[in-house]
Amino acid sequence: MSMATEEILTFEEALEKYDPVLGFEVHVELNTRTKMFSSAPNAFGDTPNTNVTPVDLGLPGVLPVVNRVAVESSIKIGLALGCKIAEKCYFARKNYFYPDTPKNFQTSQFEDPIAYDGSIDIELADGTVFRVEIERAHMEEDAGKLTHMGGSTGRIQGAEYSLVDYNRSGVPLVEIVTKPIVGAGARAPELAKAYVAAIREVVKNLGVSDARMERGNVRCDANVSLKPKGQEKFGTRTETKNVNSLRAVEHAVRYEIQRHAAVLDSGTAIVQETRHWHEDTRSTTSGRPKSDADDYRYFPEPDLVPIVTTEEWIERLRSELPEPPAERRKRLQQDWGYSDAEFRDVVNAGVMSSIEDTIAAGVKPAVARKWWMGEISRRAKVADVEPSELGVTPELIVELNSLIESGKINDKLSREVLDGVLAGEGTPTEVVEARGLAVVSDDGPLLEAIDAALAAQPDVADKIRGGKVQAVGAIVGGVMKATRGQADAGRVRELILQRLGVEG
Amino acid sequence: MTELIRLSAAALAQKLGSKEVSAVEATQAHLDRIAAVDGGDDGVHAFLHVNTDEALAVAAGVDKARANSEKLHPLAGVPIAVKDLIVTKGQPTTAGSKILEGWHSPYDATVIRRLRAAGMPILGKTNLDEFAMGSSTEHSAYGPTRNPWDLDRIPGGSGGGSAAAVAAFEAPLALGTDTGGSIRQPGAVTGTVGVKPTYGGVSRYGAIAMASSLDQIGPVSRTVLDSALLHEVIGGHDPNDSTSLTDSLGALVEAARLGNVEGMRIGVIKELQGEGYQAGVLTRFGESLELLRGAGAQIVEVSCPNFDYALGAYYLIMPSEASSNLAKYDGVRFGLRVVPEGAPTIERVMGATRAAGFGDEVKRRIILGTYALSAGYYDAYYGSAQKVRTLIQRDFDAAFKQADVLISPTAPTTAFKLGEKLDDPLAMYLNDVATIPANMAGVPGLSLPGGLADEDGLPVGIQLLAPAREDARLYRVGAVLESLLEASWGGPLLDRAPALRVAAPNPEAADRVETSTAGGTN
Repeated sequence: MSMATEEILTFEEALEKYDPVLGFEVHVELNTRTKMFSSAPNAFGDTPNTNVTPVDLGLPGVLPVVNRVAVESSIKIGLALGCKIAEKCYFARKNYFYPDTPKNFQTSQFEDPIAYDGSIDIELADGTVFRVEIERAHMEEDAGKLTHMGGSTGRIQGAEYSLVDYNRSGVPLVEIVTKPIVGAGARAPELAKAYVAAIREVVKNLGVSDARMERGNVRCDANVSLKPKGQEKFGTRTETKNVNSLRAVEHAVRYEIQRHAAVLDSGTAIVQETRHWHEDTRSTTSGRPKSDADDYRYFPEPDLVPIVTTEEWIERLRSELPEPPAERRKRLQQDWGYSDAEFRDVVNAGVMSSIEDTIAAGVKPAVARKWWMGEISRRAKVADVEPSELGVTPELIVELNSLIESGKINDKLSREVLDGVLAGEGTPTEVVEARGLAVVSDDGPLLEAIDAALAAQPDVADKIRGGKVQAVGAIVGGVMKATRGQADAGRVRELILQRLGVEG
Repeated sequence: MTELIRLSAAALAQKLGSKEVSAVEATQAHLDRIAAVDGGDDGVHAFLHVNTDEALAVAAGVDKARANSEKLHPLAGVPIAVKDLIVTKGQPTTAGSKILEGWHSPYDATVIRRLRAAGMPILGKTNLDEFAMGSSTEHSAYGPTRNPWDLDRIPGGSGGGSAAAVAAFEAPLALGTDTGGSIRQPGAVTGTVGVKPTYGGVSRYGAIAMASSLDQIGPVSRTVLDSALLHEVIGGHDPNDSTSLTDSLGALVEAARLGNVEGMRIGVIKELQGEGYQAGVLTRFGESLELLRGAGAQIVEVSCPNFDYALGAYYLIMPSEASSNLAKYDGVRFGLRVVPEGAPTIERVMGATRAAGFGDEVKRRIILGTYALSAGYYDAYYGSAQKVRTLIQRDFDAAFKQADVLISPTAPTTAFKLGEKLDDPLAMYLNDVATIPANMAGVPGLSLPGGLADEDGLPVGIQLLAPAREDARLYRVGAVLESLLEASWGGPLLDRAPALRVAAPNPEAADRVETSTAGGTN
């Protein structure tokens, strides 16, 4: 498809004249066992159209039944965002024809969302805290997934036919809508990213969503408008749909600010419309016009009875809420003694909880960090999964670490032991035995290797004798190579220095 | 054998229980009757599908179970017809529409599961106005059903097929659905009994929705007791229907058997008589009041002033919900798909499918409803109609403080001629003026035969209404009135229905000639 590049101003130019106003609609897929209104499994990645009942296909005669767990999850999200919870609320039908919506209406909420009037404090990288007001969080169902076939772009334009998978149809969603966010200025793109990251963290921490953006568990529609500096009235907004990574949220908001500024500067009006985000060109293109008068013919869903929340129910759910993420982070950093930079890296790598569990299982904070930020993160990256999904348990790390501390294996061997454990060869101790990985601890063979290494590099030996102790590494390397890594490097260093009569 | 098809369900059940008659015999007798009177140019045409093999297999299973002295439901082996708006495995479900022609449901409605559990053979699916939209069954995409009392007249609607099947002795029992009178008005014009239970009393799961907040499945029969028996089979809580009540249904059969009105206050609704009501209807209605008074009831007059607005409000709420409920028929997943010439975009396929698949009355209501829900009109139309609905509920609340049961004619007229009102939707809609308030308030209603109008000799229906969850009162009063009326007539009203012409028997079914002529003797 043709994609005309639009004129944009630089970000700095845009910010000189205009104040950006943001707004977000974040859709969170809940990880309930079954769907919002049916008993079909709520699962990702299964064979298309297998996780469906007559209800999910919208067959004649079917009726919805509300998933109580989904309602509880929604209330928890509302509580975690400091929202009020409606005493009584209704579902409503949002009517529109589209083949991913089997009934040709979406069961949603309209006038009375389950949660409303909340806020969340967003901490930016430099520690600045920005409060984002939450307008509402309401319950609804996800649509099916369309795949357009035969075209070159995968979009509907130019496609020969489309396939639809209703496995996602009816998956419970909570849509979190902010109030207009003013005053972020040049930090708007950064705030956008941080806001979505914070929502993701909240729902993940609550355990109500898998919160994986690459799977569409958290999806963001970003609204942007500009107003000339000093003006009160908001400008016309655009809504960039389905911006599905944190980086893309930041870039899309930045791009729209730049594009709006160019349009406004040229004296034309912004068209109120949806925009599509393109990761490849890092730009948006026009979607469909969207006016405030979009007519979805909402009316109360007559097949469902209102949800009535009692004080007792809400208080029970409130008592089940986990510690808020910001407070938890503060506490953990303090307990572990990590520097700000170390801790931020841990958070960004998504291994904070794993480290917490590993420390609880009995290793020191520094050791836990070394494992999760080092070898495990590296493997996760290679396998393209989350570090927590590799199957590494806290107990495994405890055992590996005690093997190292007792000198049975070294760091290098520990990676091989890990290979064996993950390949199902048994516990670390069993793997060490089976693979014959114990370090060479008998000094005899080591001394032979040391002598050979010293003889091979007499100039280095002389340097060390002459007091350049740091040169010992080259000899240690030679010895480790000769013993195929099965030596304790520390012990090797000690023996070399002894041999050369130098004090370490 | 010839009299098998004229037995009430209760009487048939008794003969089955005592092994005087087998379920296969009973089922075959009704299948033969269907073959004899339903088809052909002047047939009743109550059925869209006859379920011969399965019905006989179920009946045989019941007979076997009975032979083995297994514990059976009292109605086991009593056959039943099902309105083709209710989904059934193993048979097509059309909703009377071309858009669902040939569609088979992969699941059973809850009421069907309950019929199966009770061992009741399903004879087939009965005709209806398309998606239950109509009062004459003329809006069926598969041709009208005829009234067994006069084949040139309508059998009522939308459930004309179920009422006519029962009136023509093609089935002792049938299921109907009632959104604005679709069980009761056909009952009235065919001289049969029909009950709209309290909203939520019978699961709607598997009933193809017209207007979700008004729809209710209910029994169709020839006697009040039979409706009570069937009501107890199909009623009760269903977790698949969120609007299903958790309360017990009440002792319905017991109420029908005990039947007593002494000391009961029966309220005549002022607004549901007079102008627009046929003289013969009002005469018969007056006689019923006298009979009830004679049996010890106290007749009081109640006023429900907002009933005057019920029809108008109904024709906003019903189409609004229907416009949304019928959106799913788009050719994408099931049923008819029409692919237009040229580049068939999804919008054009949906449009062409709906244009070809829906009939005029369905389109009329979808357009009405879409308009009523539109931004800018919602408050004036849908919003106002909901307020009227509240006022109607209050009228009922007030009336039920003065009376235990309310009474009115079921329909303002007797059966009109086929085609007579087809081009005048408003005249057609007026047929439901007395039945609609019950749906708007969710209260139960029963229609039973009240005699024949003097001017045309056609059946008149008497409607009883009770407070929500008090369905038992309908059976209690209905049974008394039925027995008083039958005593005055010297037998059931249907004994006075003309004989139906019987089709020449299929030579291969020569041994069934005897049963196929049953019912044509008076």
